Amino acid sequence: MDAIELTDISIDYGARRVLSHLTLRLERGMVMVITGQNGSGKSSLLRVLAGLQRPSTGHVGCVTGTQAVLPADARQDIGWMAPDLMLYRELTGRENLRFFADVRGVDIPDAAIVALLDRVGLQGRADDLLATYSSGMTHRLRYAYALLHRPSLLLLDEPSVMLDERGHALLEEVVATQRLHGITVIATNDPREQRFADTLVRLEGVV
Amino acid sequence: MNNSLLWRATKAVFVREVRSELRSRQALNAVALFAVCSIVAVSIGLGPLNRSAELPLIHAALVWIVLLFAAFTALARVFVVEEEQRTAAALRLAAPVHAVYLGKLLFNLVLLVALTLLVAVLAVVLLRMQVKAPTAFAVMLAAGSLGLVTGTTLIAAIIARASSRSTLFAVLSFPLLIPLLVTAVRGTALALAGAGWDRCLAPIQTLLAYAVAMFVTSLFLFATVWED
Repeated sequence: MDAIELTDISIDYGARRVLSHLTLRLERGMVMVITGQNGSGKSSLLRVLAGLQRPSTGHVGCVTGTQAVLPADARQDIGWMAPDLMLYRELTGRENLRFFADVRGVDIPDAAIVALLDRVGLQGRADDLLATYSSGMTHRLRYAYALLHRPSLLLLDEPSVMLDERGHALLEEVVATQRLHGITVIATNDPREQRFADTLVRLEGVV
Repeated sequence: MNNSLLWRATKAVFVREVRSELRSRQALNAVALFAVCSIVAVSIGLGPLNRSAELPLIHAALVWIVLLFAAFTALARVFVVEEEQRTAAALRLAAPVHAVYLGKLLFNLVLLVALTLLVAVLAVVLLRMQVKAPTAFAVMLAAGSLGLVTGTTLIAAIIARASSRSTLFAVLSFPLLIPLLVTAVRGTALALAGAGWDRCLAPIQTLLAYAVAMFVTSLFLFATVWED
């Protein structure tokens, strides 16, 4: 994926409009940070970009070369994590990643799964059930879920909300790596994360 | 998507369902308990039944009523659990639509076949149900189970995000399942009474045709149900 184009995107919940007529384009290598008060539609916008929700108006195009497809048709190239993203509590960390690799059709050796778990800070916990993970560890596994297939478009919703200081270092490393080969979109109100932004979007528009 | 990727993803969904079920035992315990309790209660309540021309029909009806309500208890879980535990979004983002449907359909089929075996054995032992044409009986139960699973799995996906799931599942499934149940009960009664293949074949064909029709319809509709 070379770019994403948002054209006249609005998001309504019933009569309430939480996002109004957003238009922008993000190129590979760019990081967009979305801020706004609670309920302003940050998470909804990320879900729209992931193809998990339809916008009320407008459309999103995932551009590769001269072709643009909807996010729902580019999911193999999209990684998404959010505090409300839940993985399977009755499976281990390794089993969760193996399952999602298999359904995505990603050929990844077991050693690479363990390496990914190590990268997100879950060393030695690959074979523990997710039900035994702390909230911070569960959030780290969400990173692994989002990064498993090396997506071109990485969507991070409140990426450090449950993480300790080492977690912030993980976020920095993930954003820096993603910048080399893809697009990153972060929804956050943490000032430390706003410094990643090439494009900063508030509720009412691009700043 | 090519067939090998679809098959790989379908297998992954199925294996994940089996693994989760073996660790949680939620559906297995619920249906096994329901089946045992129902058959035991019926056997105690009815006592020994007199041999009559209607006895195979009564036994067939009892078996299918137990299977139907046990299916209502268990088969919706494959989608309801995804919504309750909020894993549906992760699955929706990662897995091909048809792999989700096929994997969960296969799991429901395995669960229902196990349940059918249990109910049949319990009915033979506790209700003293005589099976005079065992092969036809087994084929009838298999074809009926296939129809029951194809008929209910799509409904399970539809009701998973509703608030009154159990009620809605029964309300939506029941009209859809009436033709299947009528055919299955009559066909099973024929097999219990020892009717030949010439008489058993028609209900078996009807049950299989129902299953194929529901399966094809579900394949067309599932993407809309799952994505919206």
